[in-house]
Amino acid sequence: MSGYSALEIWAVIVAVGVATYLIRLSFIHLFGRINEVPPRVKLFLKFVPAAVLAALVAPQLISIGPTVQETLVDERLLAGVVAGVVAWWTEDILATIVAGMVALWTLQFLLF
Amino acid sequence: MHEDLKAGVRDSLAILLGILPFALVFGIAADGAGLTMGQTVAMSAAVFAGTAQLAAVELLGDAAPLAVVIGTAVVINLRMLMYSASIAPHLATYHKRTRAYLAYFLTDHVYAVSIGEYVNEDRDRDKRLYYLGLGLSIWLIWIVGTVAGAVFSAGVPPAWQLDFVIPLVFLAILVPAMKTRPQVAAALVSAGVAIGVFTAGIPAGLDLMVGAVVGIVAGVATEEVLSR
Repeated sequence: MSGYSALEIWAVIVAVGVATYLIRLSFIHLFGRINEVPPRVKLFLKFVPAAVLAALVAPQLISIGPTVQETLVDERLLAGVVAGVVAWWTEDILATIVAGMVALWTLQFLLF
Repeated sequence: MHEDLKAGVRDSLAILLGILPFALVFGIAADGAGLTMGQTVAMSAAVFAGTAQLAAVELLGDAAPLAVVIGTAVVINLRMLMYSASIAPHLATYHKRTRAYLAYFLTDHVYAVSIGEYVNEDRDRDKRLYYLGLGLSIWLIWIVGTVAGAVFSAGVPPAWQLDFVIPLVFLAILVPAMKTRPQVAAALVSAGVAIGVFTAGIPAGLDLMVGAVVGIVAGVATEEVLSR
């Protein structure tokens, strides 16, 4: 990890912890005054998981190389595809991890 | 032990296999990002939300700006607004202080399992005790798993590339979240924009912010076009 002081790490822990707690408490606390998430907010919230997770995963699996071949023949991308299929099939985190790691190790052994 | 408290603990053990690997992965990721054991455990205790914690340490490992780290984790946890609104009527009769500490345990699993139990009219549970049994037990599993992951990670050689477990977990949560066409659109646009921004060499973390925002807008737009 580059360049953070211990204080900065603790600031992240406290800030995210407090904000998350307030999100959890929100409607439980306000019940009787506000009872529902506004429909417009709900519409946007519905796409948060897909959008945030895709933006987290994609740059880690796909690194644009100088040629199409160098971009596609990449052990992390190929292992990611295997894991993606297993995730779709099983919807199970553990199975996805095992499939992806075994694919990664196998591809490294074969390709490099 | 009260029967309903016990029922909550028992139901948490039934989903142990869904929670423990995630806690282990977080411990591994936090160790990989250079967090101390104290910081790792503190994050699990304070945040108590796997995807957000994993995203935060991932971004810390990439040296992203602190505002991006905090912002991303908080946005991921915004879904809990829905849980809070949904479970609020069931906890409304309790004292304000009781609701304040119950809120702390509101994770994906605690929400899903307890709401299922509350709407089951065959069972007349003490809602607070059932929820507490479930929440405390999952919290304990979460902390123990985190410590075990961090200890394990410290002993594994880098050649194993355990860091690859992190995108795999995100993938395992992402794929089932792409159920509808607008959600697929949100994910694909977000991924494309993120890769573009990342490839352009813009500072770490911005690919995530820009990709996610454009992806969410794309999802909303697709939904509105399709529902016309």
